[in-house]
Amino acid sequence: MSDILKFHFDVDGSDFSSAGEASVLVKKKLRQLGYPADIIRKVSIAMYEGEINMVIHAGGGSADVEVHEKEIVIILTDEGPGIPDISLAMQEGYSTARDNIRVLGFGAGMGLPNMKKYTDYMDVKSEVGKGTTVTMKVFL
Amino acid sequence: MKIKDLCDALSLEVVAGNTDNEFSNVYVGDFLSRAMTKVKPEKLWITIMANTNVIAVASLTDAPAVLLAEGVKLQEEALEAAKENGICVLSSNEDAYSLCLAIGKLLRE
Repeated sequence: MSDILKFHFDVDGSDFSSAGEASVLVKKKLRQLGYPADIIRKVSIAMYEGEINMVIHAGGGSADVEVHEKEIVIILTDEGPGIPDISLAMQEGYSTARDNIRVLGFGAGMGLPNMKKYTDYMDVKSEVGKGTTVTMKVFL
Repeated sequence: MKIKDLCDALSLEVVAGNTDNEFSNVYVGDFLSRAMTKVKPEKLWITIMANTNVIAVASLTDAPAVLLAEGVKLQEEALEAAKENGICVLSSNEDAYSLCLAIGKLLRE
């Protein structure tokens, strides 16, 4: 199986109610393709957190998922404000989400830590004022 | 334990979905990032959050059901999402602690 499956999603930054739709679709696709539950769980958690982060912090962005033979790659790209201190942002419990976000159940400071914890590889490239690209891999 | 039996025992309102799933454990929490990693296919999720994001998390985690405590009403958009994704949503006027006590007793029986 050398063909690579690719999914592309535009993540709407203005609509909280639709946040998570791309993750739910990817999960359904992976299930249809017969991937194991633990792999699907890892991809779902990582992608959902990334999707939510883009909505909360960056006004949306795009999500690309590539299913390779030995890994699933998730690339999240936004043109938001960027992350000034990535190591600080990676700390569990650290959050810059405002109160209007917290009342929705977000802002626990678990987004990036969860993404790191539930993937086998994660790289965050961010430039203040330009945007952020997060690349995650789940090995099969 | 079947969700259906839980509904009968505790007189829970079925807001959406069917009650065929089974559960053997419970997770209580309102922060979605925490729930995302803690809710599992065998864990009933008790929360007071009632927006569409709850439905997304329930769907991603294969939650057997979401139990809204303290009489919280599911938002309209969330109700549509629950129906569309086949998520079982229940409701009770009791708070999470009371529900846990009652469910714990039922699970031990």
